[in-house]
Amino acid sequence: MDLFTFLSSSVMVLVVFTIVLTLVPISVYLERRVSAVIQDRLGPNRVGLPLTLFGAKKDFHLFGLFQPAADGIKLFLKEDHTPAHVNKFYFILAPALVMVPALLSAAVIPFGSTMDMPFFEGRQVQLAVANVDIGPLLIFAIASLTVYGIVIAGWASNSRYPFLGGVRSSAQMISYEICLGLSIIPVLLYFGDLNLGRIADQQSRDGWLLLPIAFGGDGPVVDWRTLLLLPTLLIAFIIFTVSLFAETNRAPFDLPECETELVSGYHTEYSSMKFALFFMGEYAAMVVGSALIVTLFFGGWALPFGLDNLIRDPATGAFPWWASLMHMGVFLTKVIGFIVFFIWVRWTVPRFRYDQLMKLGWVVFFELALANILLAAILIAIFG
Amino acid sequence: MDSILFYLFALVMIAFGFGVVMNRNPVTSAMCLVGCFLGVAALFIMLDAFFIGVVQIAVYAGAVIVLFVFILMLLDIAGEKRREFPIHAIAIGLIVAVIVGGQIAMVAGSLDDVGGKFPPIDKAAAVEARVERGNNPDSTINTILTDPKKPSYPDVHIIGEALFTRYPLHLQIVAVLLTVGAVGVVVLSKKRLE
Repeated sequence: MDLFTFLSSSVMVLVVFTIVLTLVPISVYLERRVSAVIQDRLGPNRVGLPLTLFGAKKDFHLFGLFQPAADGIKLFLKEDHTPAHVNKFYFILAPALVMVPALLSAAVIPFGSTMDMPFFEGRQVQLAVANVDIGPLLIFAIASLTVYGIVIAGWASNSRYPFLGGVRSSAQMISYEICLGLSIIPVLLYFGDLNLGRIADQQSRDGWLLLPIAFGGDGPVVDWRTLLLLPTLLIAFIIFTVSLFAETNRAPFDLPECETELVSGYHTEYSSMKFALFFMGEYAAMVVGSALIVTLFFGGWALPFGLDNLIRDPATGAFPWWASLMHMGVFLTKVIGFIVFFIWVRWTVPRFRYDQLMKLGWVVFFELALANILLAAILIAIFG
Repeated sequence: MDSILFYLFALVMIAFGFGVVMNRNPVTSAMCLVGCFLGVAALFIMLDAFFIGVVQIAVYAGAVIVLFVFILMLLDIAGEKRREFPIHAIAIGLIVAVIVGGQIAMVAGSLDDVGGKFPPIDKAAAVEARVERGNNPDSTINTILTDPKKPSYPDVHIIGEALFTRYPLHLQIVAVLLTVGAVGVVVLSKKRLE
């Protein structure tokens, strides 16, 4: 490993951490504002730059964009109470076990295109921390470790409601992991590749997976083979998205922390920053999940309709640095769009009952995903 | 760099392995087992066996041990009491340890010294060996292997090809076995209810 690779990887690690940790407060802010819109309220719209402190006439409110910072300070200053009846070691370990996997799995997501470095002639950098050949599998493997944090939190709290929340959560996550894994097999069959960087790159050439129109030299080009597979890919998308809601414990599947039945589930006994870590872990998982959906189904960093073909360097397939930065912006826009979708669903759909949730997972999605794999495999075998 | 990482992960593995045996709290033992599996997975990934490393995490650390922890918590098993071991048990344990250690030392001593560094995989030779073993010479895996743009070894493709073309019957027998096991569990648990 030469110095250049080491430095560029280090910078990329910093960038990915910054992106995920910045998107978490942004999604908390969006959660509060979108829920306010849906419930016909205003939501937090005051916290901004406190210019009156420095002698100005009026504060600049910035639509309340600094509300998450105020929330963060509030959580820091709260008393960090550890009840006497808990198992101390695991009680402290559990919040970290929720947060760490969510951040780790962001490593394989390509957040931008291959960039021609501006100051290093002939060097190209793929904008992803680890461009490994098993991207989605690695994300599923690491995400499956999240369940430890929740189970351990429920158990170490040594009280009834957290324990029930932990048990519910582990059963739910194990069940939906299967649907999550099975649902994207048609997509992987279509790409014939598990490398998320190449999957995004192919979509930048042929158009997004769910929008397979690319403009070539003369007029739009539609690949009829992709069009034929589109129904199966659409089913895969629906199963994957709904399973992701269950996997990240988001409403309408937030039964592990269902407050009408379980106070607040596995984190009932937690306070201050320990609680905040659970909270942030949930949102970070949502951010990474949105990024995975965008990468697999909506072209990742790619512009729609294969417009990237116009600015791509035809010899190396790399992009000039300004285009790569634009691709980062495109990627973040899509991810934020999906986060808003997650929030919209939370405030629209009522919570499921636990038996309905299990039935949906095992009776509907599991079979549907299997049938979908078979259909996609047959179609690819005949027409591929 | 590679050897530092190897010793790091090997140390992690051994430390957590000791943790599994020495801890008297069953939940702590199970969590140590997770740490041990993560170390194993890291070693697999260092050997370019990405798929096996990730499956190690997904299946063992992510699914099997979750069920262990689940059952341990539901049954609420108390920590094990310290026991006095009889002298013959310690003696037999020592003998087994010496035999296994000696075997490992013999195998390790018979390997060629490559100066602490393994040579990169010879991809042309790999393609040749694959064709010799009766694989399709025009298979996409051969083209992936020799493609200079893909620096890593296409292990997912190779495992898939081996499973579905060379060993399909074995794969199906294993699948049937697992299904029988799952159905058996359901039948047994139903019987107890009546």
